[in-house]
Amino acid sequence: MPTERAADLLRRMLRIRRLEEKLVHLAEDKTLIRAHYHLYVGQEAAGVGACSALRREDLVFTTHRNHGHVVAKGGDPFRVIAEVIGRRDGYLGGRGGTFHVAAPEIGIPHTSAIVGGSLPIAAGTAWAAKLARAGRVTVVFFGDGVMEEGVFYETLNIAQLWRLPILFYMENNSVTPEERPGRGSPTSSHAAKALSEVPRAFGIDTTVLDGTRVDGVAEAIGALVARMRRGEGPFFVESRTTRWPGNYGSFPRLPGGDTDIDWAWDRERPVEEVRSWHAESDPILLWTRECERSGALSRDAIRTIDREVREEIEKAAAAALASPPPDPASALEHTYA
Amino acid sequence: MPERVISFAQAIAEAVEGIMEEDPRFQLMGARFTGHTKSARVMDPIIERYADRISWPPISEIAYCGVAIGAAISGVRSIVEMSTATFSYEAIPQIVNEAAIVHANSNGRISAPVVFHVLYGIRGAGAAQHSGSPQGWYWSAPGLQVAMPATPADMKGLLRYAALRSKGPTVLLDHQRLMEGFGPVPEGPFEIPFGQASVEREGDDVTILGTSIQVQRALEAADILYRDHGLAAEVLDLRTLQPLDHATIARSVKKTGRVVVTDESPEDAGVATVLAGIVASEMFDSLRAPVKRVGVLPTPVPYAKGMEDFVTPRVDRIVAAALEVAKR
Repeated sequence: MPTERAADLLRRMLRIRRLEEKLVHLAEDKTLIRAHYHLYVGQEAAGVGACSALRREDLVFTTHRNHGHVVAKGGDPFRVIAEVIGRRDGYLGGRGGTFHVAAPEIGIPHTSAIVGGSLPIAAGTAWAAKLARAGRVTVVFFGDGVMEEGVFYETLNIAQLWRLPILFYMENNSVTPEERPGRGSPTSSHAAKALSEVPRAFGIDTTVLDGTRVDGVAEAIGALVARMRRGEGPFFVESRTTRWPGNYGSFPRLPGGDTDIDWAWDRERPVEEVRSWHAESDPILLWTRECERSGALSRDAIRTIDREVREEIEKAAAAALASPPPDPASALEHTYA
Repeated sequence: MPERVISFAQAIAEAVEGIMEEDPRFQLMGARFTGHTKSARVMDPIIERYADRISWPPISEIAYCGVAIGAAISGVRSIVEMSTATFSYEAIPQIVNEAAIVHANSNGRISAPVVFHVLYGIRGAGAAQHSGSPQGWYWSAPGLQVAMPATPADMKGLLRYAALRSKGPTVLLDHQRLMEGFGPVPEGPFEIPFGQASVEREGDDVTILGTSIQVQRALEAADILYRDHGLAAEVLDLRTLQPLDHATIARSVKKTGRVVVTDESPEDAGVATVLAGIVASEMFDSLRAPVKRVGVLPTPVPYAKGMEDFVTPRVDRIVAAALEVAKR
């Protein structure tokens, strides 16, 4: 992979990681992040890899776990942080908060925080694109929990009946490292032995991916997107990642502190709680190691990228904190279109 | 020139045809607007003519409502013809928790102009699950517009406005028992903007505020009140609950000082009670009697005809309510 491309993928993933680490720090002040919130740590390769195959006009739908997808699609970290802390410069002027971060100008029109809420809406945008022969595609990201909802089955059925240009990107984020390449679906909440068998029963072309490998995700999704632009679809992807230890419970923690990029080659240094996760399952450190191994990026180049991203996020956070809260009385605006 | 008179069902067909003609991208999701009535075939020519812009989705209310919302966000408007109103309960998450909120939640940057068309109310033998009246639920969801046409002209003008001009989502509730009713309807396209109540009959003694079929029942009641009791009732057709035309209501209440509100949804926690509350809190100084409500008696709608009639907000119940407020 060319150096520039390798660096770009690394930079995009780090932008998400550093932004979300910053959010955990900001959340220590309960007036900034006023309720529970959901992080994308450990899944960055999925969002970045998939979105690297998209154009600006392509649409993305996400979930309550949306920060990573918005940044991956090209969202401005300043406006994401400002939204999460409820400020005027947030993408939604502080109306949405962490649950609803969306950015219509970069192709994320509306973020539902209801499990499965975005699926049919995403299908509707794909339907509109097909009617207009726009060549535009829609990617809808969602968690494995959505497959417990009825709306999932109804939407898959319509998408397949109407051959919509949509990619259902299911992020199964609780797979053990050993099982990531496999097909089993270790969930106590679903009767299917392998979740990927479900879309296959609808006749939908389905791919199971290791969602911690950004290059693999980018390549696979690039191929599917190209097919959708030629009029094929829908497609289904199960992207398998391993849960980050900080993500158990509603309030994320940073058990080992901020990720140190040097842990990529200094694997014993993280505290025990996160040591094996960073070594085996952290998509950013896996990619860092791969870039160094392949010669795409030197350690110095990697450290420089990381430093630049950290500075960028610090600036974004400072600007977000300086953004004023919205005028309380403006709450009543925009109720009716 | 004599006014042209057509049926409610024909007015729907004219409205839909005009909409499809005006906006070449407009889509219909289902197109049997008139239910199991004698007018069931009225849509046939339109269904044939616009076949390529009509989808017949599977029995998947939550999904196809969401698809219509997504299409609207992408600039493709549609009417979702859901048939019986209770079927829309399957899609409440999309209608109430997505379509209604997208505009505010995006800080005014996007919106979902979809028309959800349902046949609500006591149609006759619908029993508990095919006689539902969800107008109050939808009215209580900020972001949704709620339209309830009472006349063929209302139908044609409100549907066209909702489909082509409105920037936000609308739940349009039709009553199956109105379908074969006739009324004067202008030829050619016209729109009735939301939030404009219509005074269907003038009178000085009592105001009857009604929606949809209750306007027709109120007009019958007004005839009886005049003929048998010498009372002149003023009948208002509210046309839309959201937005609600407070000014026209206040003008009438100021004149009569006596108010009956009637809507075919459960009386206690339904539209009639909300309207009574608005009249009482905003127009108290004009009132000379307590506001009376006439709605569906609060029980799941039963099948047997006598029981069904008993819970229906019938003409005689409106007459009784008007006499009660008039004697104060």
